[in-house]
Amino acid sequence: MSDFTSGFWNIYIVVLTLIGILGCGLLLWSQSKHKITLPPGSRVQTQTTGHMWDEDLTELNTPMPRWWMWLFYITIVFSLAYLVLYPGLGEYAGKLGWKSAGAYQQELKQAEADYGPLFAKYQQQDLKAVAADPQARAIGERLFLTYCAQCHGSDARGSKGFPNLADNDWLHGGEPDVVKTTIMNGRNGMMPPMAAAVGSEKDVENVAHYVLSLSGSTSDPIKSVLGKPKFSAACAACHGADGHGNQMLGAPNLSDKTWLYGGSADTIMETIRKGRTNTMPAFKDFLGEAKVHVLAAYVWGLSNVKGAAPQ
Amino acid sequence: MSSNTTPEVAVVKMYAAREEIYAREVQGRYASLRWICVWLTQILFYGLPWINWNGRQAVLFDLLARKFYIFGIVLWPQDFIYLAALLIISAYLLFLATAIAGRVWCGFACPQTVYTEIFMWIERKIEGSRSARMRLDRQPASLEKFARKFGKHAAWGAVALWTGFTFVGYFTPIHTLAREVVTLGLGPWEWFWVLFYSFATYGNAGWMREQVCKYMCPYARFQSSMFDKDTLIITYDEKRGEPRGARAKSARADGGALKAKLGDCIDCSMCVQVCPTGIDIRQGLQYECIGCAACVDACNGVMDKVGSPRGLIRYSTDHAMKQGLSGADIRRRALRPRVLIYLAILLAIVVAFGLSLAMRTPLKMDVLRDRGAMGREIEDGMIENVYRLQIMNTSESPHRYRIVVDGLPSLRLAGADEVTLNGTETRSVPVRLRIDGGQAGKGSNKIHIGLQALDESGLQVREEAVFYVPR
Repeated sequence: MSDFTSGFWNIYIVVLTLIGILGCGLLLWSQSKHKITLPPGSRVQTQTTGHMWDEDLTELNTPMPRWWMWLFYITIVFSLAYLVLYPGLGEYAGKLGWKSAGAYQQELKQAEADYGPLFAKYQQQDLKAVAADPQARAIGERLFLTYCAQCHGSDARGSKGFPNLADNDWLHGGEPDVVKTTIMNGRNGMMPPMAAAVGSEKDVENVAHYVLSLSGSTSDPIKSVLGKPKFSAACAACHGADGHGNQMLGAPNLSDKTWLYGGSADTIMETIRKGRTNTMPAFKDFLGEAKVHVLAAYVWGLSNVKGAAPQ
Repeated sequence: MSSNTTPEVAVVKMYAAREEIYAREVQGRYASLRWICVWLTQILFYGLPWINWNGRQAVLFDLLARKFYIFGIVLWPQDFIYLAALLIISAYLLFLATAIAGRVWCGFACPQTVYTEIFMWIERKIEGSRSARMRLDRQPASLEKFARKFGKHAAWGAVALWTGFTFVGYFTPIHTLAREVVTLGLGPWEWFWVLFYSFATYGNAGWMREQVCKYMCPYARFQSSMFDKDTLIITYDEKRGEPRGARAKSARADGGALKAKLGDCIDCSMCVQVCPTGIDIRQGLQYECIGCAACVDACNGVMDKVGSPRGLIRYSTDHAMKQGLSGADIRRRALRPRVLIYLAILLAIVVAFGLSLAMRTPLKMDVLRDRGAMGREIEDGMIENVYRLQIMNTSESPHRYRIVVDGLPSLRLAGADEVTLNGTETRSVPVRLRIDGGQAGKGSNKIHIGLQALDESGLQVREEAVFYVPR
């Protein structure tokens, strides 16, 4: 703590609070009745409060009900009891040790107790069985919309740089367990900049056209032929000689029309020149395995269970 | 005198203990009217939660699910404005009634009055009449006193518990609640509210009574702003009554001197004895007067007995008292600008409320664009946008809806265009919209997304949205 937040301010607040409360009590007590000196000759009267202004202006005494006074006293006792039990006086933590962070933890624990058994039940089941369970899928959809839709879209079809999860085309493999591992531990997609390895700018263009030809897209046949040897030298190590990719490495299949960053010649050339870095964060610690289990089943089910994908 | 020259010291107490009011039982036209009001309001209050409607409780304020069921109507948090309108209508009804007839609400329909009436009836049945109760309270402790007091409080407690139970029954299904009460299986909050409301009833109607009206009720504080000199009030006819005084029967018979000197008020203090707030109406209009007309009934009874005309204490107005207006004059003056304005505003709100409630569409939809991917280009140059439709079927029956889109050429839905929702279900439905390339300018384009129920032609909503074409 800095010097500014020394004990002084705590004491300041404690003193102010206690003086305030005790002052209220004192005021109440001192004002509940008071003595008045009647002018000589007048009879004892209780019609007025004894206050007098401008020589003859007096205040009628229409007393408050006494239970009301007791209510005031009770609030004072209540506030003191509250300050003993709960934090409110400087650094004093209160007898109950209540903290807002503790209350949050307690709510978390409660939620865990409420919903934990349901997730635990699914965790016992095979991922494919969970994916076939309509209730689990509804839970999975809500989890997906909360935690995954920001990147992969509400329909799970991704966008530029974010994989489509509903098309049964997988970078790391589409087995249920692999999907679960991906969500649990995250992934680091890394395509290194290859401009230097491929060669000149002309070579880069040629390789790009060869890549386009792999998936049967429109390409320049001459450039494509010229690019093939460069591809074999620089790219085949990861993407395979025929461009089918390698799921062990997370290297994309280049022989289909699914593109993570776009399938135009310019985009492919840029990818070759500068490489790509992509990160899927790990959800193991954040969501816990039980929720990831349901989520993985849902995601896998999008492309594997009939009727599971958003229509 | 020497004592006059020394200053005297007196102690003024600023808080006073309550003085018990022993209200005498009263019979008459207004007392009967009040009992009718007690019966009507209580049959309504105790009976309503037990009525079923379409397989559910007819009136249920389900706070947990945030759905309010009132017979055929289901209100959602989005319909909160209806609650506000209802409160405004109630307020204007109160203002109108007050402007015309003073505190009739207080005297006849206010829960504080109604439950006090019930509790006082129990009190009379167990402890006896006013004088018997005063005697009982002065008595030293005895078995009989204990038995009567205990019986009274037990009976009060029973009524209070039933009231608390019924109250909670408006917020949690009362049939289940009844079973839980029998098996003592209430949840902690149900226990709390049943006991809290019971305690409030017992305390307010048994102990606090007139103090609620005098010190706690906010309405008592501002009702005077709705009053004017043509508002009906309960008033003592001073011209006719004064000078007041007791008289022997013979005095009336002798006709002469005494009758000339005395007014009609025989100073029997019946009007004071029956007053539930313990005031003397003969001192004029006071803020403690709740307009219950018990003194009117009492005084009329006395006037009948002594053979004078009724109405020494009666409903009248300030103007009427001062200018000697007739009943017809009073009625004619009821329709003055203040009353007409209240009436006009009230009518306008009631009509607007009724119309909007009747025309309400039991279907709501929010359109949320996906923000992670604004718009994407897919095969064949098509542009695709993703939306999340937050659909609420606020009716109680399931419906099948068609999703309809318009606003851009070739705009269409990818995937199924129909969605089914169960009664009172809320669901998030992801939808993809597509256009062919070149059919819209780059950037955002205005479109509409709508829902059309397939089984009910009028049931539809339409929301504006934005279709984004990547630059």
